[in-house]
Amino acid sequence: MATRDFTAHESHAHAAPQGFIRKYVFSLDHKVIGLQYYFLALTAVFVGMFLSLLMRIHLIWPTASIPLLGEIKPETYLTLLTMHGTIMVFFVLTTAPQGGFGNYFLPIQIGAADMAFPVLNMLSFWVTLLGYLVMLSAFFVAGGAPLHGWTGYPPLSAVPSAGPGEGLGADLWVTSIALFCIGALMSALNFITTTLDMRAKGMTLMRMPLTCWAWFVTAILGLLAFGVLFSAGILLLLDRNAGTSFYVPLVVVNGQMVGHKGGSPLLWQHLFWFFGHPEVYIAILPAMGLCSQLLSVFSRKPIFGYKAMVYAILAIGLLGFMVWGHHMFMSGMSPYTAFAFSIMTMAIGVPSAIKTFNWLGTLWGGRIRFASPMLFAIGFVSLFVSGGISGPFLAQPVLDIPLHDTAFVTGHFHLIMGVASIFGIFAATYYWFPKMFGRMMNERLAQAHFWLTFIGTYCIFMPMHYAGMAGQPRRYSQFTTLHYLEKLIPLNEFITFAAFVTIAAQFIFVFNLFWSMKAGKKAADNPWEATTLEWITATPPPHDNFGGQTPVVYNGPYEYSVPGAPKDYVMQTDPSIVAAAH
Amino acid sequence: MGLVLLIVIWLITFISSYFFLAKTWWLPVGASAAAAGIDHHFSTTYILMGTVFIAAQVALGLFAWKFRERSAAARYSHGNNKLEIIWTLLTAILFIGLNLASGSIWASERFRPAVSNATQVEVTGMQFAWYFRYPGPDGKFGATKPELIDPSSGSESAVGLDTTDPASKDDVVTGTMYVPVNREVEVVLRAHDVIHSFFIPQMRFKQDAVPGLAIHMHFTPIAVGDYELTCAELCGLGHYKMNGMLKVVSQEDYDKWLAAREAEKQ
Repeated sequence: MATRDFTAHESHAHAAPQGFIRKYVFSLDHKVIGLQYYFLALTAVFVGMFLSLLMRIHLIWPTASIPLLGEIKPETYLTLLTMHGTIMVFFVLTTAPQGGFGNYFLPIQIGAADMAFPVLNMLSFWVTLLGYLVMLSAFFVAGGAPLHGWTGYPPLSAVPSAGPGEGLGADLWVTSIALFCIGALMSALNFITTTLDMRAKGMTLMRMPLTCWAWFVTAILGLLAFGVLFSAGILLLLDRNAGTSFYVPLVVVNGQMVGHKGGSPLLWQHLFWFFGHPEVYIAILPAMGLCSQLLSVFSRKPIFGYKAMVYAILAIGLLGFMVWGHHMFMSGMSPYTAFAFSIMTMAIGVPSAIKTFNWLGTLWGGRIRFASPMLFAIGFVSLFVSGGISGPFLAQPVLDIPLHDTAFVTGHFHLIMGVASIFGIFAATYYWFPKMFGRMMNERLAQAHFWLTFIGTYCIFMPMHYAGMAGQPRRYSQFTTLHYLEKLIPLNEFITFAAFVTIAAQFIFVFNLFWSMKAGKKAADNPWEATTLEWITATPPPHDNFGGQTPVVYNGPYEYSVPGAPKDYVMQTDPSIVAAAH
Repeated sequence: MGLVLLIVIWLITFISSYFFLAKTWWLPVGASAAAAGIDHHFSTTYILMGTVFIAAQVALGLFAWKFRERSAAARYSHGNNKLEIIWTLLTAILFIGLNLASGSIWASERFRPAVSNATQVEVTGMQFAWYFRYPGPDGKFGATKPELIDPSSGSESAVGLDTTDPASKDDVVTGTMYVPVNREVEVVLRAHDVIHSFFIPQMRFKQDAVPGLAIHMHFTPIAVGDYELTCAELCGLGHYKMNGMLKVVSQEDYDKWLAAREAEKQ
């Protein structure tokens, strides 16, 4: 694709606002909006983590009385896991890597002054925030929050009498998700347009940092997936409130016929997972892009196989839409389609493996600097491998018979989609904090945070694989009703204690974050000696990102240790040495 | 720092692998005809993926330590296409091959209907219990009606049996599942209210029961004994206690049991 002239888009740049409200609250600046998304995700992750803490306590001490909350009942446990899953998936894993860091750094890394549609960008955030508040409000209405799990399978999620929390709480839950979808769709349009139209002179697609590729493909996935989820959510709201029967056949709940007939519960599952599986990649792709970036920066080496990495991202994006049925092997879907979905799912493992190979190839022959962003990037690779390796088990319908809906699945997706993505967010925070706030984070605290979190999350999620193999079903609030689960109680106690330590370690991170904003060491403009465009501008970047300058790009993003260069890195804007490789 | 990373990553890898290899927690002992094949394929997958897991983690730790900051300059290389192709092909062969290898087991489990002389059991899930219905000597399940369903009754009316239908006269409804050993069981799965999932770990059996659908499945128990069964799909506040028992008995004992239930009905 031809490179576009940056100056043609100067009309997108807008004058710096003066008042506090326009500058920090209803801001059009992608950097402020990025931070707003980031802090939204930060509050959400603590809510989600607190819910998981209560879950772990309940599993080990079912009758324990929690201060202020009292004893957790089995239905409360299901509410906790529903809200934990929903908040974490939408308002953390989708919000921070894309809305947060993507917003802040995509325009800067491609040399643009802002996003293509700043007003739309502002709207995206405020709709997302509204969605978050609606989600939280479900806790406080009569009946409380829903208990149907983050996947919200009808009829449980469609019939108010099917359980506590399935009344107003469930309506709020669906409404919140629909709002989130609107925000995500607007944001996706913005990311795609910005990437295609706003690149600086010389920033060809194949000179974009892999972070930008990841944000770009994530946005395309979002555009295609959230529209489907939005529609599915509206149909669910209609079933719940307008007497339609999209998802509900004739059912008898508590001995009462509830007035539906002819609907298909499997329709929701198809629509939900058509969104739900790409969502996994929406959560993980930005982390993949970022860790590719960091492994190159801190190994002082070009990324191994840049083109293969780009093609792998595109392949994951494409195949990601053809595998949703692997969530439904046991659902009553045709067993023949299960076979087809299984093949596609195994196929998507190939580009993931290519990426792992290239990450190892990047380390090979490097000169590794172990700063905290690099530790989290290496941790990401380890977690990605560990979480990925259980994928081929679950991708085979035959092995899914014993493993589906067991703790094995919980362990699998937490390692790869949860913790690995969170490691991406941590790595991004430690890496870009100096650019965002002009100060360095405390390295010693960062390293303590890394070791505790890395070992801690393995101690939490690896044992879940064992429990799942032994037949421990997911979403069980107690292990006392099935005799064969009793031998798994010690394993679950271990998980709970590991969770205590790991959760406690997150306060080191929060302390470091806020303390360093005030008292961290002043950061240089390019503290990590990296090559991409965010490091050529001031710290923090000015309102139009480059202070009236228009960057011109001459090099690829990963020119480290170029033979004959004066330093071991060549900025993308450095015209003196044009690397041959691209 | 590189050395610490190596030690920690290796320790995590070896400790994790130890518990898998020692089978400290493993699949429960299989008791159905399909279990051996499924377990064998599980082990095959386990050995192959376990090897990849250990190789990748060991390499990661090793590289972190070997290429820590040192005096030599980093290698300037943008990659190696030949290696990319080899790696891609090997992974593709491994993953697709594994998948094809398990295809025949899946086909025999799910593509063919139950044999004609299979023991017939209708399994109905409702919040929060399983009910099992046997067609009786006439071999026919009697009609059920949704308006007759009364979950609190704990017996025939729990599944809404229409007693005016002649075929329902000899139907037996129980809360415990009895089947004879070494004979295929045809299960017809139904649900009245929300989705449940019929899970018998030792039979390597799992299938969702979906309102509006009658899903036909089969399995063959090969050892006499009591096997716990449970619900594997989130179905509401009592999900965790939606358990039951499968009793696999000799054909003789099964016939006796069924005759006694029929006698009770008269």
